[in-house]
Parts: sequence; C-alpha cells; structure tokens
Amino acid sequence: MSERIIGKVKRVNGPVITASGISDARMMELVRVGEVRLIGEVIKLQGDQAVIQVYEDTTGLCPGDNIYGAGMSLSVELGPGLIGTIYDGIQRPLKALYDFSGNYLERGLEVSPLNRDKLWTFHPQVLSGCDISPGMILATVPETARVIHKVLVPPDVEGTLTKIMPEGEYKVDDTIALVETPDGREVPLTMMQFWPIRVPRPVESREALTLPLVTGQRVIDTLFPLAKGGTVAIPGGFGTGKTMTQHAIAKWCDADIIVYIGCGERGNEMTDVLTEFPELIDPRTGSSLMERTILIANTSNMPVSAREASIYTGITLAEYYRDQGYHVAIMADSTSRWAEALRELSGRMEEMPAEEGFPAYLPTRIAEFYERAGYMKVLSAEMGSVSVIGAVSPPGGDFSEPVTQHTRRFVRCFWGLDRQLANARHYPAISWLESYSEYLSEVTPWWEEHSGEGWAQSRLAMMDLLQKEVKLQQVVKLVGADALPDSQRFIIEVCRLFRNGFLQQNAFDDVDRYSSVEKQRRMLEIILLYWKRGAEAIKSGVTLVKLRHMKILQDIVKMKLTIGNDDIRAFDKLEARLERSLDQLEALYG
Amino acid sequence: MGELSSLYEKEKELLAGKEYKGLSRIDGPLVFLKKTHPVGYKELVELTDRDGKQRLGMVLDTSDEAVVVQVFEGTSGLTMPGTSVRFKGEPLTLPVTEAMLGRVFNGLGKPLDGGPEAIGDKYLDVNGLPVNPVARQYPRDFIQTGISVIDGMNTLIRGQKLPIFSGNGLPHNELAAQITRQARIRGNKSNFAVVFAAMGVKHDVARFFKDSFERSGVLDRVALFLSLADDPSIERTITPRTALTLAEHLAYDCGMHVLVVMTDMANYCESLREISTLRGEIPSRKGYPGYLYSDLAELYERSGMIKGVEGSITQLPILTMPNDDISHPIPDLTGYITEGQIVFERDMYSRGIYPPVAGLPSLSRLMKDGIGEDMTRWDHPHLASQLFASYSYVKDVRNLASVIGEEELTELDHQYMQFGEAFEQKFVAQKSDENRTIEQTLDLAWEVLSILPIEELTRVTEDELAEYYGC
Repeated sequence: MSERIIGKVKRVNGPVITASGISDARMMELVRVGEVRLIGEVIKLQGDQAVIQVYEDTTGLCPGDNIYGAGMSLSVELGPGLIGTIYDGIQRPLKALYDFSGNYLERGLEVSPLNRDKLWTFHPQVLSGCDISPGMILATVPETARVIHKVLVPPDVEGTLTKIMPEGEYKVDDTIALVETPDGREVPLTMMQFWPIRVPRPVESREALTLPLVTGQRVIDTLFPLAKGGTVAIPGGFGTGKTMTQHAIAKWCDADIIVYIGCGERGNEMTDVLTEFPELIDPRTGSSLMERTILIANTSNMPVSAREASIYTGITLAEYYRDQGYHVAIMADSTSRWAEALRELSGRMEEMPAEEGFPAYLPTRIAEFYERAGYMKVLSAEMGSVSVIGAVSPPGGDFSEPVTQHTRRFVRCFWGLDRQLANARHYPAISWLESYSEYLSEVTPWWEEHSGEGWAQSRLAMMDLLQKEVKLQQVVKLVGADALPDSQRFIIEVCRLFRNGFLQQNAFDDVDRYSSVEKQRRMLEIILLYWKRGAEAIKSGVTLVKLRHMKILQDIVKMKLTIGNDDIRAFDKLEARLERSLDQLEALYG
Repeated sequence: MGELSSLYEKEKELLAGKEYKGLSRIDGPLVFLKKTHPVGYKELVELTDRDGKQRLGMVLDTSDEAVVVQVFEGTSGLTMPGTSVRFKGEPLTLPVTEAMLGRVFNGLGKPLDGGPEAIGDKYLDVNGLPVNPVARQYPRDFIQTGISVIDGMNTLIRGQKLPIFSGNGLPHNELAAQITRQARIRGNKSNFAVVFAAMGVKHDVARFFKDSFERSGVLDRVALFLSLADDPSIERTITPRTALTLAEHLAYDCGMHVLVVMTDMANYCESLREISTLRGEIPSRKGYPGYLYSDLAELYERSGMIKGVEGSITQLPILTMPNDDISHPIPDLTGYITEGQIVFERDMYSRGIYPPVAGLPSLSRLMKDGIGEDMTRWDHPHLASQLFASYSYVKDVRNLASVIGEEELTELDHQYMQFGEAFEQKFVAQKSDENRTIEQTLDLAWEVLSILPIEELTRVTEDELAEYYGC
C-alpha cells in the first residue's frame, strides 16, 4: 500500500494527537504527521477519530494538518550493517543523521537504517531449484571481523528457489534470489527484510536453559548466575551502579551479539559507550567490542514516545540475530523510563490510571517484553538465544514500587543493588541478601563440568557464611565485636575477606575487570580454604588475632588485581603458601 | 500536491497575524480561547490587556475547538472581554548575543537593568533541540574548585551536570558562589562565562550572588536571569530554558566555557505541578506530573561538550530537598538524570563544618575518567576509593559507639573514630575563601588516612603506600 492521506489533526496535546476524518487507518499503522512529516503510530481508533502517538517533538503542529498513512506497521529494517551502528528509538541511524543535520536532532528527518550504498560480499549457501522454507539460511555475508551475517528467508516466504545470485558484491537492496511461491507468484528477495517491532519473530520451539551467560563478574557468575536465554532485573536507586553493571556485562559477557538500549538515560553514557567500546578488545576473539554491539540511544531529552518504542526496536534486532543462530544479550537501561513513557502517554490519552498513575496494562506490557527472551530452536534448526538484562530505576530506591514489583513477577533472576554498598564504593553493589537466581540448578552441571566438581557445594558454603555474617553483624551492632567468641568473629573476618577480595570488582582495572570461570573458581576455593583450615586452627587454640595478621592475607585480598586470567598457575603457588602459613601457625600456637 | 501544501503554508502565515478579542475562560495562569484559526502546539502568544500592556504566553493544548494558553507573566488584571490575543506562528525565541554578558534579565529574557533590549546575533527557540549523542564529546577535563571534598572525592568535570542537594538554611549558595569564584582548569586561562538562572528565590539570594560576582570582579562575564519569589510562578518554567539557550549560544557558537548555576530547582518543579494540576492532568508521585522526569531531562541534558567545538556547558543546579528528604521526587528524579550529586548534611552543618558535604551519598559519575596520572595525580583514583571505604566504616563504628559506648570499642575502632574526626575537621572543613590545590587536597587525604594502620588500607597499591603513607 502506498502513502495516502488518512485524516487530519484535530487536537495536539504533547506527543499524543487526536485525528479526525479517519476512513481507512489501521491499528498500529505507521503514519507521518503534518508537512514536517513527524513519524507516529496509530494507537487507538474510534468512530472517525484516531489517537496517534508521535515519535518526535510536536511543537508547531496545527489542527487541520494532514496525516499520511504508510500502510504498514512501525517496523525495523533487518540485514547486514546493523552491527556497530547507533540508532535512535525508531531505528534512525544517528551517525547518518549527524552527517545530515549536524549537532542537533532536527525533526522529520528520514534516513534509511541500513546503508544502501555499501557493498557486501555475498556467499550463497543453497542452489537454485531447491525448496525453501521460512528462516532458512540462503547465504552468508561477513558483517564484521567476528560476525558472519546469515541471510535468512523472511518468515512469511516459502516455495521454490528459482534463482540465486552467484558469489559477489551486492548492496542490501539488490535482488539476490527469486522464489516461486506455491500459489505461483514470483517473490524477489534481497539481503534485507522488514519486521514489525511489536510482534515477536517466530521460532521452531523453546528449549530448556542449560548454558550460563558468563559475564566475568564474580558476584554474578558465582553467586547469582544468569542463563543464556534468561531474564534478569537490576533494580537500584540512582548512583548504585546500574549503568556500570550493564556496561560491564555488555563488555565482557560471552554473548555473540550485544544490543544495548539506552532508554531515557543520559546522553553522555551513550557517548561513553561509543568512545570506549571500539577501543576495548574482546578477550575471547581478540576483535574490538564494537564489532558485536548494536546501540540504541533514546536519551532522556529525546522524544518520549520513541522511548516507548526503543525497547521493542532493540529486542526485534536481537531476535533477528538469534534467528541466525547467535546468542544475543540485550541490555535495557532503564525499563523504568520505558514504563514512565507508557504512563505519560497513557495520561495524555486520559486513561484511567492504576497504581501510581501507571496504566493498568503495565504488567501485561512488561510480561510481553520479557517473554521475548529465551533459548530457542530457530526456524533453521540452529540454536540461538536472547537474554534480557533490564535495569529498573525505582523512585527513591524503594523496591516496592509498581515497576520493580511487576518486573519481579516476570523475571527469574534478580540482582538488587544496595545503597549502602554503593555508598562504601563497593561495586558491583549487588546485594547478596536480596538477590536471587532461579537458574542456579540449570547452570550447575555446566559449572561443574567447566570448573571442576564441587562448585555448587563451594558456592553454597560461601552463601551460608554470608547469611550467618548478617546475623552476627546484628549482634555486633548491639554489643560490639568483642562480645563474640573467636569462632564467630572468624566468620565475620572471612566474609570481610570475601567481600573485599572476591565480591568487590574494579571495572576500571585492567586485570580485575573480567574474571574467567577458572579464576573465579580458584579464588573461591582459596578463600574457602582459609575458612576451613582457619576454623580448625581456632578449635585447636590459635587466636583470631594471629589468623587475622597473617601476612599472606594481603596477597589474598589483592589476588584479584595481581593474578591474571591466563596465569592460573599463580593460584597453585598462593594456595600452597596459604597451606604452609596455616601449618606454621598451628604448629606454633595450636 | 506540492502546490496545495505551499498554499496551505501561506494561509497559515497570513493567519499568524490575526488578532482575537476576548477570552472564554481564565483559570490561574491559563487562558482559554474558542474558535480560532488552526494554532500550532507550543506557539508563542502575545496578549494585550485593557491598558495596552503586553504579556507573553505559550500554547499548551490546541484543537479545532479551543486553545489553552499559559501566560508567563500571570493572568492577574486580565479581563475576559478586554484582552486581545495574537498568535505568532512560531515558538518562543530568545535573541542571543555575547553582549548579554554583564546584563540582568527577567525569566523571558527582557532586560531588568534599565538597559536596551538585546539585539541578537540570532534568535533561538528556547526549547532547544536534543543533541545527537553521536555529536557529544565525552567530558574528561578536571575542574579544580579548590574545595577538598569536591576535588578529592566528587571531582567536577568540564561539561558535567552536578547538582547540589541541600536543605533550607544550609549554605548551598555560599558553596555555589565559592565554586564559581574558584573553579578553573589547571594551567589554562580560558574564555569563560557564567549564566545564572534564579527561579523563585528571594531578593537577598539574588543580591548575594550578584555581590559575590562583583567582588571577584567577574560581573561582566555573568548573565543573570532573575525570576524571583514575588514574580509570577509561571515565569519560572521558562527561566531555565532562556538561560540555557544563551548558554548554548555562548558555548557552542562563541566557544566559551560556560558555568550555569540554576537555583532553586525545587521552585521550578512546584510551578510545573501548579500548571499540571490546573490542566487537570493525572498526577504521579506527590502530585507532580508524570512527565517531570522528561521535563527535567530537557534542562539537565542541555550540558556537555560537542565534538569539534571549543566551548562547554557545566551545570550546577541547586535544589533544596523538601524536608531534607532525598527520596522526594525532585531530588530523586534529578539524581537519575544528573551525573552525580553533592549532598548536604544538616548534622555536619550544625557541628560547624563548612561545606557540610555528606561523604557517602555524594557522587561524581564522570570522575573516573578525569582523574589520575596526567590529569590530577596518579594515586588519586585509589585514594578516593579508600577514603569512601574507610569513612563508610567510620559511620558503622559511630553507630556502634552510640549503642555500647565509646570505651567499649576495640583499639582498631578507636583509630577509625579518630580518622573520622580528622577527616571531617581537616579534610572536609575549610574556609569559604580557602582555595586548595589538588596536591594539597590529596596530601591532606593521605595525612588523615595515615591515622589508620597500614593493613586497613586495602584499596590502595603497595607503591602508593610506599610513596605517601605516613608522610
């Protein structure tokens, strides 16, 4: 359907406008409003009136302005060239907009999301004459140094391939194949396809989650692991390090593709990612981190309705790479801003509010979003996953507010950020009391296989100590540490070591910022060794003071900084030294 | 099609000059008109009252039936039949020029100092446009404020937005004035300017700032936009926008480094709430409109640096937390947008510590990239982290001491108490005209940290300890 006038503006009230004289508008249809052609979407139809949500600033729109319907839903363009690009909430490439209109984002600009002029090297993977089905891989295209883009048959096309272009250089919109459908039509295919952002892309089946998403962050991987295809919420008041945690995961997690959505957050944070990521080297592949990252920036001063759309734009791009058989991790920072955008739009439409002014459909929308994550068998029979890591910004840091509460219902992993830890500059400030992971049992076999038997037990031992410490600290707060026997004070001591030497991780230190699975396990075991042997030593009469002043403790606290991921041998030495020092202590005082 | 739409544009242009006589309703700062030509959203409106006095307004809601206009100067004295209204066909613009430095304006940019109206190099829409994130330059230049607790632990970076969260009666104005006087980039005498926006503050406060600028001899580099406590509250909603529009011109067109001081953001938010309530919008927390976050972001995000442009905008908004409550929507939403915050603590102020900056909840998010070797000193990052960690333990010890008594504390805890005292009295406290270099600040930090036994300092490296511990 080509563009046509579907009605006229009746009322303008912020980003929501009412249109009248509507004849054939479709629900969720993409529209352009006024002569400046602001992009919008039809969100309500009633009689001859429609409510339209506009994705750009509506200053200057008048009653009587024309509304043009595009005949399709708000969609994204999918194809080679997505990776390494920064988009706004409705997939306009910000770099291209910058070249076009300079420092400020002007309104009504239209630039295609995928570069139409760039030539891609096309390697066909099928022969003409074969039967094709949705999601099948037609060809591969090297997209970046590390990502092989797979050209897929769009989900709504099947039939017989009558022609496929030979290997060579093509643009994204060149016809690369012809398909004859069962009803006899001939459909030309290009390297790109469209998909409406609010509809999940189809898959073959959902599979059980078994692989952990290794983030290199010790408190996450060891204490509260996330599975590939899993969902997690990171709630925390301002300054508790949501964005820092998101950045650290985006940098170091073992996903193939990262989609980072800056939803209603600071402009400088996106600039930070843009300047830092290209310079960072992925420890697994040796290529730049930008070569696996797609950025979606809809900063807090950009239009609010595009903020609402940015989450869907991001997850649709993620699903597209999942369909190519990749593991994709998506960071949404922050889903609260998205929920607030829903609230603002709902308020403008004068809908009846539920809790704290949020619309009653908030939980439905949150559920719909998180349910698009998963570990899937995709249409081409490969396995791919989308993991969702959503930051939540609860007002006043109060986790009982609606967005945090509803999000909790639909995610299976929860990393609560703690104000007190953040105040002491203990980062990541993930609270070990409030956080949990339901994926623990699912990823335990993987950990035991990759880091040795007994992982679950060691982890549990540490968690147990941390819980005990909390109770002891309550006693200490009332009567002072001196009132406790040495055996109990030793628990506090070990937990202090664990906190400073293990849980706390410096995102800006070259060695500490990323810990391999093996390093995490060895560090855990060394601290547990100190605990087990130390507890025995206390039983045999060694005093706490002696245990506390062991010189080697300084080295244990700093092992995270001094021992690199590729230097696992050093842990053997450290462990041996610890054993020796404890032997000596016991021999002298025990 | 093209011809038709250009005709349509022409019609709009002609209608823009049309004058309407009479209003259909006046409600607080809002006036309602019926049966107008199609009026654009956020269009500028000129109202002339019976006595021929002009006021400015902005279209808040427009439909083919009625138009809602918010009047910046307030509606008192307006009559329904006697007022004539003219829609200007364009949004509110501000004439901007470098010559506006040294002048005093009201919230709408009209001169208050008796001088002539500014003749602008150009006219800019006060609402501004969002900066493309791609065009931003990540800020990393350290600004030395000469205040230890800021330079050492919450470093201000050029292009940052760092608000002061204060309470009524706390010395936020003194601190803001001190920062304005002392702030400088090391080894660099640059082209700077100050834009000061006052929203609903008292005359004394405006005078205090003016005097302070005058005494330090920078008044000719300052543009003041005053919308004081007795001015119409509605004007406050536009004041920061006009101020930032000038700041953007000075920074990005004239290449100056602009410091924008905005006080008091709480009054700004109150005005927003007032209008929102009058319009019958669905409120969110504490009656503030649901778009408070987006609205504040539109202001705060107008700071930073732009690639390939010399100038910068550093924002220092001041807000008094209602009832000293940091979880109140105003400081809360501000904290989510700004790049850190400097939080005042009433308890410290009562103990005579100036500046009463609470060590733990204060934060500078851009600090990490602006400190360390070549920028401040190589030991700075670890040292700052150590100060936070140790001071946070001091708080625990103090709580414990208040329960079990100071005598019962362990030897180590006693040392922490001592450290806490020295930290507050020597490091944090300073005179309001004392300007410490970053080296003095860092040396002072080591001096107080050296009260603690060396094995307690786990966040600094061996090399740093060897060089500075106990010196």
